[in-house]
Amino acid sequence: MSSTAVTPASRLRVPRWVVPAGIAALFALAYLAFRGTGTLPHNSEAAPFTAVTELREWIDDHRNDNPLFLYFLNYIRLFVDALYTSFHAVLVAMGWPGLIGVMGGLAWLAGGWRVALMAVAGFCSFGVFGLWQSSVETLALVSAAVLLSLAIGVPLGIWAGMSARVRKAVTPVLDVMQIMPTFAYLAPLALFFHIGAPAGVIATMIYSIPPAIRITALAIEQVSPTAVEASASLGATQAQTLFKVYLPLARSTMALAVNQTIMMALSMVVIANLISAPGLGSDIIRGLSRAQVGIMLPAGIAIVIMAVILDRMMVSVARRDPHSRIGRGNVAAAGVLAVAGLVAAAFVPRQWPEDLTVSVTRPINEAVLWAETSWYGVTTFVKDTVTIYLLNPLETVFTTAPWWLVAAAVLLVAWRVSGVRPALTALVCLLGIALLGTWEHSMRTLTTVAVAVVATLAIGVLLGIAAARSDRFSAVQRPLLDAAQTMPAFVYLLPALALFGTTRFTAIFASIIYAVPPVVRLVEDGIRHVPTSVIEAAASAGSTSAQILWKVQLPMARRAILLAANQGIVLTLAMVVVGGLVGAGALGYDVVLGFSQRPDFGMGFVAGVATVLLGVMLDRITQGADRRSLPHKRKFT
Amino acid sequence: MSPDNAAIAVEGLWKIFGPKSERVLASEDKHLDPAALREKTGCTAAVRDVGFEVRPGEVFVVMGLSGSGKSTLVRCLTRLIEPTAGRVTIGGEDVIGASPAKLRDLRRHHVSMVFQHFGLLPHRRVIDNVAYGLEVQGAAKAARHERAREILSLVGLDGHADSYPDQLSGGMQQRVGLARALAVDPQVMLFDEPFSALDPLIRRDMQAEVVRLHREVGKTMVFITHDLSEALKLGERIAIMRDGRIVQLGTPEELVGAPADDYVADFVRDVPRSHVLTLRWIARPPEERENLDGPELPANTLIKDAIGAVSTSSRPIRVMDGEELAGVFDRVDMLAFLSGQETPATAQVGA
Repeated sequence: MSSTAVTPASRLRVPRWVVPAGIAALFALAYLAFRGTGTLPHNSEAAPFTAVTELREWIDDHRNDNPLFLYFLNYIRLFVDALYTSFHAVLVAMGWPGLIGVMGGLAWLAGGWRVALMAVAGFCSFGVFGLWQSSVETLALVSAAVLLSLAIGVPLGIWAGMSARVRKAVTPVLDVMQIMPTFAYLAPLALFFHIGAPAGVIATMIYSIPPAIRITALAIEQVSPTAVEASASLGATQAQTLFKVYLPLARSTMALAVNQTIMMALSMVVIANLISAPGLGSDIIRGLSRAQVGIMLPAGIAIVIMAVILDRMMVSVARRDPHSRIGRGNVAAAGVLAVAGLVAAAFVPRQWPEDLTVSVTRPINEAVLWAETSWYGVTTFVKDTVTIYLLNPLETVFTTAPWWLVAAAVLLVAWRVSGVRPALTALVCLLGIALLGTWEHSMRTLTTVAVAVVATLAIGVLLGIAAARSDRFSAVQRPLLDAAQTMPAFVYLLPALALFGTTRFTAIFASIIYAVPPVVRLVEDGIRHVPTSVIEAAASAGSTSAQILWKVQLPMARRAILLAANQGIVLTLAMVVVGGLVGAGALGYDVVLGFSQRPDFGMGFVAGVATVLLGVMLDRITQGADRRSLPHKRKFT
Repeated sequence: MSPDNAAIAVEGLWKIFGPKSERVLASEDKHLDPAALREKTGCTAAVRDVGFEVRPGEVFVVMGLSGSGKSTLVRCLTRLIEPTAGRVTIGGEDVIGASPAKLRDLRRHHVSMVFQHFGLLPHRRVIDNVAYGLEVQGAAKAARHERAREILSLVGLDGHADSYPDQLSGGMQQRVGLARALAVDPQVMLFDEPFSALDPLIRRDMQAEVVRLHREVGKTMVFITHDLSEALKLGERIAIMRDGRIVQLGTPEELVGAPADDYVADFVRDVPRSHVLTLRWIARPPEERENLDGPELPANTLIKDAIGAVSTSSRPIRVMDGEELAGVFDRVDMLAFLSGQETPATAQVGA
């Protein structure tokens, strides 16, 4: 062997793993010593809860005499209500043939006869499922919310795209909005805007505005600076440059912004039913709370169909060849379709005819029952094993550990992974959770999240690696991932509920299938983006395929994998909270309870705030992915 | 030449990028070298105390390596980048103090620019790209399209009016950029490294095109480049920039024949001098009793073009400045000049 020998000095050095292992052991010892002390048990009468409940009582009493409400909030509410009502009135006035015809026509303009056919068939299916009325309500609600989102988000996005200062101010707000679980938006809105359609529209609007701003800003930023400069050099005014250069060049990316906004709105519109927004959400929430898949499945499918139709339409608009115009034939066909529908509407009743509906509730419930009984052995085994050997012990550890020990652990981990500032933010969030009186339930939710995240990452990374290494596997998997990304979040609860009934495990299962697709995608892209030249260099040095994976691809894809972990955690938390509807308990359940039981409103509200704090904390702990330097720059003590 | 009849006059122009650039300008820090300045203040001085004048109808070339500040300089002329200090007058009009409306008017009618990366609008047809400047002026569609078609045929793009920019080759795209700048009939055209992104052969065509256009339309041109041969080919006068300053300003002959410092000398070392210098450089006073009945050549003849004449003539060549005798030279002088060259190209010519 001609290679240089290992220097003696390195033999004296402590192996890398000793320090972390020692600290872990220290924590274990501390836990054993102080177990059961310094816990913060749940008390549904805690001061923050009752304070919020009282605040709501006060607001309800003074809704019509306090100037803030009288002259400001109530007007917003009235305006949004009028917007929703007029959308709804127009859609209803068109009648079902009219609406189907007009949607078909729009789809034809957007993407040709295939998309039109899909739109017509899709909208007919709403009627066939007996969901015409709720579908129209949902469409009206989504349209109103998306319109408002775009009316506010697009100008803001354009501004942020053109001014670095505005961008800097807006970005952190959007970051936080993005990790807020859907539930967190509802309670404050109920407080200020009461419940019903307007509050639902506003909640949906707020939830769906970040992509409208973010993607628009990105679209504007991406416009070639030379084109802008050329325009200025010819003496164009700011407005001329905006309308003749920025907007046309940003068009196709901005269509994606609209698309994302619609998708976000569709997934929020269901949750908004918790504050009594009308539409398909009511069937879904009813089905979820009664654990009746038969009630919710048709409504769930209807939402997915609506999402797919709108997605296809917007994507076709975004992908259209910028130089080609819509052919005259297509315009004519679209016009004929729309007019035919509207004319037909004059001759048939407004309501979808009874004899054209098919009731699927019963057969679905029976099928689910059959699945539950025949797979009972397997599903129960999986569920019980995870619950008894993983969930319960972990939950015991989290809930019986002294709060200061948990805080110290969070601080230490966040500091190691992400740095000082994020660690302090995480600590503040955790202390906030403790002060709000939601410690125990937050720890329970954290347990569920932890188990779900571990499973999500294990599955996601494995699938991602497999997809990156095999083109064929990737080709099979891609369409599934694409489809998964257009589906509203709660849809994932359906199969989970069908298989596992209402338990904590249901939420875990749902969050795994919800969060795995983006993780897979990020990991696959990360590995695929490792430069070919590096792979070739490794291969020419005689590395085996496994060596290339472990020594080249995975280390170089580290950033992408850490980002995937961060995304996985944030998504999992969002889903686990929604899982409160199907037996996940803890924070999610508190939120739901807060809407249904008036005296518990305060607890629900505070639980919503706690989910946000939890989300920010988990994000800060893991955000090192983006911002932290590469490993060789890190110092090991 | 007074500033009033110069096409462009620049005086004491500074551009400092970074925080509190005004304060840096007021202090003595501005004279620090670039690295020290960035270290101390976080600012970059891209243009330092630059002044020059461009004559009407002249092709004025600004040459420098990347980072020398030449692109910033040309953008300061129409305030696409706002200068930190200094005076700029174009056609007698003050640019620095101009109101936004006045500045727009200047950009719309008097000065236009051609960009390195073309800056075409991909969603518009070629004709609408060319007509863009007229469109923002508010010209009617028929009028601006008519003008755009004229200009397209001037730059040799007949028949491409309805194509989209991404359907054209790089050279053709830059012709569109050129046409767009010409369409507004400006007095001054600014070129920011317009041909750097093109293949060498296309680049040569485009340089010839600029020379032709200059002959035909006679605009004042300011041409930015990092390519010395391009600068020598196009420029009537050349300013060489380094670290934001003009280190030498002169005709190609002056730069090659009498570099102001080592930096410029280094730059022009590989230039075949016989291709740039004229007979003035080797003409000497006739010696006593030297034959003065040899062939005559004008003084502004390039040295390389005199090689044939001197090698076939046994008598010294007379270099004539108009009717006057500027000097003489013979084979020995020519060989001595050529042997001073190290480049193989010249050596071959000399052989």
